Amino acid sequence: MGSSPETEHPVKALGYAARDPSGVLSTINFSRRETGDEDVRFKVLYCGVCHSDLHSIKNDWLNAKYPMIPGHEIVGVVTEVGSKVKKVKVGDKVGVGCMVGSCRSCDQCDADQEQYCSKMVQTYNSHADVTYGGYSDHMVCNEHFIISWPEDLPLDGGAPLLCAGITVYSPMRYYGLDKPGMHVGVVGLGGLGHVGVMFLKAFGVKVTVISTNPNKKEEAVSKLGADSFLVSRDQTQMQAAVGTMDGIIDTVSADHPLTPLISLLKPNGKLVLVGAPTKPHELPAFPLLAGRKLVGGSLIGGIKETQEMIDFAAKHKITAAIELIPIDYINTAMERLQKSDVRYRFVIDIANTLKST
Amino acid sequence: MAISPETEHPIKAYGYASRDNSGSLSPLTFSRRATGEKDVRFKVLYCGICHSDLHFVKNEWGITKYPVTPGHEIVGVVTEVGSKVEKFKVGDKVGVGCLVGSCRSCQSCATDYEQYCPKQVGTYGAPNFDGTQTYGGYSDHMVSDEHSVLRWPENLPLDSGAPLLCAGITTYSPLRYFGLDKPGTKVGVVGLGGLGHVAVKMAKAFGAEVTVFSTTPAKEQEAIEGLKADHFINSKDEQQMQAARGTLDGIIDTVSANHSIAPLLNTLTPHGKLVLVGAPEKPLEVAAFSLIMGRKTVAGSNIGGIKETQEMLDFAAEHGITADVEVIPIDYVNTAMERLLKSDVRYRFVIDVANSIKAAE
Repeated sequence: MGSSPETEHPVKALGYAARDPSGVLSTINFSRRETGDEDVRFKVLYCGVCHSDLHSIKNDWLNAKYPMIPGHEIVGVVTEVGSKVKKVKVGDKVGVGCMVGSCRSCDQCDADQEQYCSKMVQTYNSHADVTYGGYSDHMVCNEHFIISWPEDLPLDGGAPLLCAGITVYSPMRYYGLDKPGMHVGVVGLGGLGHVGVMFLKAFGVKVTVISTNPNKKEEAVSKLGADSFLVSRDQTQMQAAVGTMDGIIDTVSADHPLTPLISLLKPNGKLVLVGAPTKPHELPAFPLLAGRKLVGGSLIGGIKETQEMIDFAAKHKITAAIELIPIDYINTAMERLQKSDVRYRFVIDIANTLKST
Repeated sequence: MAISPETEHPIKAYGYASRDNSGSLSPLTFSRRATGEKDVRFKVLYCGICHSDLHFVKNEWGITKYPVTPGHEIVGVVTEVGSKVEKFKVGDKVGVGCLVGSCRSCQSCATDYEQYCPKQVGTYGAPNFDGTQTYGGYSDHMVSDEHSVLRWPENLPLDSGAPLLCAGITTYSPLRYFGLDKPGTKVGVVGLGGLGHVAVKMAKAFGAEVTVFSTTPAKEQEAIEGLKADHFINSKDEQQMQAARGTLDGIIDTVSANHSIAPLLNTLTPHGKLVLVGAPEKPLEVAAFSLIMGRKTVAGSNIGGIKETQEMLDFAAEHGITADVEVIPIDYVNTAMERLLKSDVRYRFVIDVANSIKAAE
C-alpha cells in the first residue's frame, strides 16, 4: 500500500492544493510529522500569495510535484515546541519564509547563506523531500528556520516580507545599494517592487520607479514615497535618465530587454535581477565593459538576514500593501494576480477561513 | 589651404598608419604639438600590438577616421619636459597606455577612474581637446600631458613590459576590483592570448589557483608548464566542464569572439563573478535563473585609471611579470597583423620602433 499525503505522517493537516498544471486549488487532507526535539509547531494565521506560487502551481518552471500546497510567506502562533527549542515558546508569533531546511554544514550554511546550499529544502514543492507550504492550517518546522515575529509588526501586512521583503532587502545590502544619498531604480511595481521602494527609502536612498504602466506613477510617488517615475517605453524619459543610477533592482518576471536598463547606470553601476523571465536575457558586452557595470542575481536571503530584515521592517514600520482574502477566493486571486490586478499582495486569512468541511 | 596630418601641428613626426579599412599600414609623415608646460615629450622605443589595434585599423567598430596610427602599449625615453612638469626629467624611461587625456574634473576623474570620464581621450584615433585626432605609438615620438605618463620601473624590461600598458592593466584591474586577488582564490581565465596569458601571470602572482579555459587543446602544455597555470580545461569537452561545476570564485573572460557564457557560469561557486574583458559583438545569452540561483554576477571591465596602471606596473616589476613577446621591426607590422588575426603569436608582437622606424622618404 503506497503512502498518500494523508497517511505519510502521523498528524492530520488541512490545506489547499493544486493537483495539476491548471493550477486550480482545492481542499486537501494531508499530514505532517510530529514535533521533533528541534521543531516548532504553529497554527497558521496568515499566508501571503507570492507570484512564485502561481508559477509553481502551473508548472511554469517544469519542476512541479502534485499535489502541491504552496505558500511561503507564513505567519502563525506557536502551539508546541520540541524539547531542545530555545528560540520561541508556545504562544509566540512566528514566521516561516521560503526555506525549511538545509545541510547546515557547507560553506554557504556556515556563512548564513542557506539559500545557496545545494541541499536547501524549499517550504513547498522541494525537489528532494516532499514539503507542503502555508496554504494550510498548521506547520511544523525546524527551529533554525523559524523567524521570531516582532511585537509591533502587523501579522497580515508583514507576512509578504518573508519572501518579497527579503528578496529585495538582501541584494540592496549585498550589492551596496543601501547607502544614504545613492540613486537606485526599481523596475516593476508589484509585490516585490512596492516593498523594494519602501526599503530603499528607509535606507535614505533616492528611488526612481521604472514601469511600463504610467498609471502607477501616482501611487509610486504619493503612496510609496518614490522620488521619481520613469515610463520605460518613453524614449525621451529614458534618455534623460541615462547614467544617473548607482543601481537597479529589477523585479520583473515578464520578458524584457536589459540594455536600456544598463544604460541608466552610472559607471560601476549594478543591475540586480530578482525576477526570472523564462526567456534568457541578452547582455551586450560593450556597455558592461565601458562602464564596468554588472548584472547580478539574488535569491531571497539567509535566515539570519531574514530576521534582520523583519526587525528592520518593524523598526521602520514597513509592511506590504495587501488585500486580505478568504481562502476560498484563492483561485480568483490567482487569476487576478496573473493580470497584475492587485495592489500589491494578496494575503490569505488562513485562521479565519480555512476550515474542514 | 587644407590642414593635413603633416601640417596641423608644428613638430614633424613619422609613423605607420592605416589609410582605409583594409587595415594595411604604411609610412606616414604627420605632426605633433609643441611641448606644452605640462607635457612630456619622449622618443618611442617599443610599442606592443594590441588586438584592438587590428579591430581599429579595419574600422570594425565603425568609429575609425583615417589615416590612423595605432598603438597604445608605448614605452619610451623622455627627450623634453614642459616647465611645469614635476614627475619626469629628460632621460627617464616612461610608458603611455590607452588614455592620453580626460577632463580632470568629473566624479570619475576625481576618483582616479579616468577610463570612465565621458571626455576621455584615447591614445589613438580619438578627438583631442584641440579638435585634432590623436596618433598612437607606432611612431617615432609622442607628446603627452604629464598626468597620463607612467614612470617605468627600473627593473622592468622595456620590450616585454610594454604590453602590460593595455593587456596588463586590463587584467590586473578586475582581479583587484572584484576581489579575486586574495591568495587561494580559484580563478578561471578564458582564452590564452595577449590578455589571457598576462591574466594567468597576474592571478598567479596574487596567489590564486588558476584554471585556463581554451578551445585549443594544444595550448595545455604552455598553460601549465610555461605559464604555471594549475589546471587546463578544454571548454569544448563536456565532461571536463561538468567536473568543474561550482568550483571557481571568479573568471576573467578575455575572448572577443562570440561564445556562450552559460557553461562558464556553471563553473562558478555561489557569489561567483564572470568578468568580461573581451567584447564579443553579439549580445551574450544569460538565463536569469543562472544568476539568481547562486547570486552570480556578469560584469565588464575596461583598462584601469592612471594611478592603478602605475600600481600595476610596480606590481609587475616586483613580481617579475612581463608579457611573452615576439619583437618585430616596424616593416613587419602587416604580416604581424595577418598572423594576429589567426592568433598566430605567443602572445604579443612588440614593435622595436626605435631601431626600425625611419622617416618616410
